[in-house]
Amino acid sequence: MLHLYESSLNSRLLLGTARYPSPAVLKEAVRTSRTEVVTVSLRRESSGERAGQGFWSLIRELGVLVLPNTAACHSVKEAVTTAHMAREVFGTPWIKLEVIGEDDTLQPDVFGLTEAARILCAEGFEVFPYTTEDLVVAERLLRAGCQVLMPWAAPIGSGRGLNNLYGLTALRAHFPQVPLIIDAGLGVPSHAAQALELGFDAVLVNTAIAQARDPAKMAAAFAQAVESGLTARLAGPIEPRDLAAPSTPVVGTAFTG
Amino acid sequence: MRILVNGDWRDTAAQLLSAVLEELGYGQSVVTTAVNGEFVATSVRPCTQLAEGDRIEVLAPMQGG
Repeated sequence: MLHLYESSLNSRLLLGTARYPSPAVLKEAVRTSRTEVVTVSLRRESSGERAGQGFWSLIRELGVLVLPNTAACHSVKEAVTTAHMAREVFGTPWIKLEVIGEDDTLQPDVFGLTEAARILCAEGFEVFPYTTEDLVVAERLLRAGCQVLMPWAAPIGSGRGLNNLYGLTALRAHFPQVPLIIDAGLGVPSHAAQALELGFDAVLVNTAIAQARDPAKMAAAFAQAVESGLTARLAGPIEPRDLAAPSTPVVGTAFTG
Repeated sequence: MRILVNGDWRDTAAQLLSAVLEELGYGQSVVTTAVNGEFVATSVRPCTQLAEGDRIEVLAPMQGG
């Protein structure tokens, strides 16, 4: 089971809800992914259009937990205010805290992130910080009260997979008891399997599924990948080595004198 | 009075945030609000007095990653 604050989940796949070709496709992808948590956001609502009302009805029909984000916030103030607004609308203390520091890479502003996390944790929010693999930042976020970390694999939407294997492996090793969810940058199911094999607890995927030619099929593939990666992790993978080690027994080999 | 609502200037005769939302047609929509960057909960909209030039944000659930 995956324990995130007071919730226990079976699925190791969290699903973003943006960039799907249609609400019907999103709905089908949620079903095939077997996810129990979807991420949502807040945007300006025009009184005429009411786009948000239909979306919110659809999400409630799905019967999954929602993890609101503070996407597009570039300052502590914006992120904290957005979190307050999200808590009111979505009725959850969960907040996926994003404070963006650089527009080309959407890299987190880790200084603003730790400050916003400190404020929100003190106010009773259950914060899921979108962060880098930096160990010092991770320590500060935990000290601020975060009980989950969401390190990036690669820039959001890039599909590049686990960009800094060394850094991510070190993060996992340093905080063995902290739920770590890889967030952002995964492109194909093998990236997700790799994350679980390395000991990460879950992955959050959006673009790789939403923008696939067949999102529902890709969601199913990611669901299989996280299950496979977790099973492999529990099975105990062998250590890589530099030289060959014969798999066929050498004792009794013919023609050896 | 002129106020800025979701980035657009609006003229309104209403003085209270709840009245402005009603006037703009939000009615019973699920929205959340901020005035000048500060969150304003639904319960306090009826007693939130607006002033000339105030910046109002009216946000609703939306897709997100």
